[in-house]
Amino acid sequence: MTIRGSKKLWTGCAVGLVWFLILLWPMLGIKPEGFEFAATFQVFGYVAVAAVFVLFFYQVKEAGYLDAAGKPIQSAAGLIQRAYAKTPTWVLLGATLAVAIVFPLVTGRYAHDVAISVLIYICLGLGLNVVVGLAGLLDLGYIAFYGVGAYTYALLSLNFGFSFWLCLPIAGLLAAIAGCIIGYPTLRMRGDYLAIVTLGFGEIVRLILNNWMALTNGPNGILGIPRPELFGFDFRSLASLYYVILAIAVVTVLSVYRLNYSRIGRAWEAIREDETAAELMGVNTFLLKLLAYAMGATFAGFAGAFFAARMRFVGPESFSFLESAMVLSMVVLGGMGSIPGVILGVLALVALPEVFREFELYRMLVFGGVMTLMMLVRPAGIWPAKRVGRRSEEME
Amino acid sequence: MEFFIQQLINGITLGGVYALIALGYTMVYGIIQLINFAHGEFFAAGGYMGVILISYLSAQGLHPYACLAISLVLAMGYCALLAMAVEQLAYKPLRQASRLAALLSALGMSIFLQNGLMLTQGVYDKAYPTEITSGGLSWGLVSVSYMQMFIVALTAGLLLGLNLLVFKTRIGRAMRATAQDKVMSALVGINSNRIIAITFAIGAALAAAAGIMVGLYYGSVNYSMGFVPGIKAFAAAVLGGIGNITGALVGGLIIGMVEVFAAGYVSGEYKDVFAFVILIAVLYFKPTGIMGENVDDTRV
Repeated sequence: MTIRGSKKLWTGCAVGLVWFLILLWPMLGIKPEGFEFAATFQVFGYVAVAAVFVLFFYQVKEAGYLDAAGKPIQSAAGLIQRAYAKTPTWVLLGATLAVAIVFPLVTGRYAHDVAISVLIYICLGLGLNVVVGLAGLLDLGYIAFYGVGAYTYALLSLNFGFSFWLCLPIAGLLAAIAGCIIGYPTLRMRGDYLAIVTLGFGEIVRLILNNWMALTNGPNGILGIPRPELFGFDFRSLASLYYVILAIAVVTVLSVYRLNYSRIGRAWEAIREDETAAELMGVNTFLLKLLAYAMGATFAGFAGAFFAARMRFVGPESFSFLESAMVLSMVVLGGMGSIPGVILGVLALVALPEVFREFELYRMLVFGGVMTLMMLVRPAGIWPAKRVGRRSEEME
Repeated sequence: MEFFIQQLINGITLGGVYALIALGYTMVYGIIQLINFAHGEFFAAGGYMGVILISYLSAQGLHPYACLAISLVLAMGYCALLAMAVEQLAYKPLRQASRLAALLSALGMSIFLQNGLMLTQGVYDKAYPTEITSGGLSWGLVSVSYMQMFIVALTAGLLLGLNLLVFKTRIGRAMRATAQDKVMSALVGINSNRIIAITFAIGAALAAAAGIMVGLYYGSVNYSMGFVPGIKAFAAAVLGGIGNITGALVGGLIIGMVEVFAAGYVSGEYKDVFAFVILIAVLYFKPTGIMGENVDDTRV
């Protein structure tokens, strides 16, 4: 790196840090009793040290001093990649599935709990992936469909005694219908309007769940939802529930995979890349966008029904905008449009925070930061999808 | 009848606040065609800055109105700096990227800032020192507090100032030129990056003023207060015709009125729903809004 480039980098860093201090201090330092500096400088110190360290590392790497260490790592990575490419896909998938099946037998309750929420989010992430990743429609009210699924099971089982297995398809269907109702008026809009309208719809659903006392019991939620049952077998333990959601997740993965490589999936990707061109090629864009919405909603509906059965309680606060944002950041982190990417993203954002429990408070802060950072650094995600073109507008 | 007039006054107050927030959305959208999701957070940060500064200054024994004026100016400056930092960090590098990337980056920033506020200021509501603007006038059952008058007057003043800035000064002319055609305006010597930064700063400063007003009006601020008013203000911007400054004012007033009357006559619990319904209806039936311009349907 040239001296000039390095100078520019460090000046930028210094200006950024000063700016950060100016923004941080009033929030932490001004108290009615007077000014205070300790807390501000503590936070600022951490951030400054981290920034300098990252920048230093970056510069050393750019200068090539790390090649001695980097080379072996790179060749190892290459080896793994080649081995991965050589291994037949079915072996990898089989191994993953085997691990997933054996998992509850060798771990405890806490691990089951985390694994169940990972699998729920995998279903949600993959469903949202259909909408955002494949069809390129930014949906910020996605969690509403999850809520529809959850309340469907809760209400049908409590009021009419329907079994879980009957409710599962009904929840999916109702969520899909909700998706169509929301999608029909909104899908003619331009992409960014769609984002804010779906956000509004998500809020409307939450408000209805919160205020319709007669149906949903309002903010108190619905208690005592029955567990799933199959031919007399009661899914009482977490491990058995784990297998239920594992099955749902596997079905979701398979369907999203098949959808992705079908005629419909190709049409979605064409719409994502260039809607006008897709329309010219004879793709019925409106119908297919609606279908993307409905399919995405269906998976959320399944996950929602399971969620209600697992928690045995549903309340409106489980379906707030923050949940939508969480699922979205998982999809974005992993790689929009890529199934293994989404799974990795979910693991990174659900399982990792469990490891760092003491940083629970910073969780959403990190989620937001990760979303912006990924867009800046690696918009395709950790594990990019294979078929992503350059959007036509990028070449403007 | 008294109830109606009272609601009308409340509606104008609330509508003015929405209009101030909507201006930030509409100006940024007009110039770079991006929905700035983090705008609601500038509003919330302004509200917090207001409560922090007012309590500090009034503890120093200043006159309440002097406190308010100084806090207002400082909070607006603070949010302008915040917006410029956010723009530089999260939006500028993505100017050439796809729209989805820019939107997601904006959303990430919004979540980040909201949680930053939560971590520095705490989860609980922070009470505003409302005794600053107590009292008011009343005619029978209709009453107007000094605070409401203050809010309306300040809104009007800020809007007037903004109008002068945009239509009478060099910077305003440069802003309008950049909004029309970035490449062409760059050719005649306008530094479009600077203009975009200034636009963000102005929008955020207006949002900060709105944040203080909302804090005074409702008596408290909360870290997540930017979310719902943000959507409503966006609805106002769309209703008025996005990219149009007068439109933002009209849209803001309509949304404020609708909300107040819906809460008064229909249902208080669902008052938030009406703004969303208006948003969806406008986008469906007349996406250009009431005073629409600057709509370019070829963009996806």
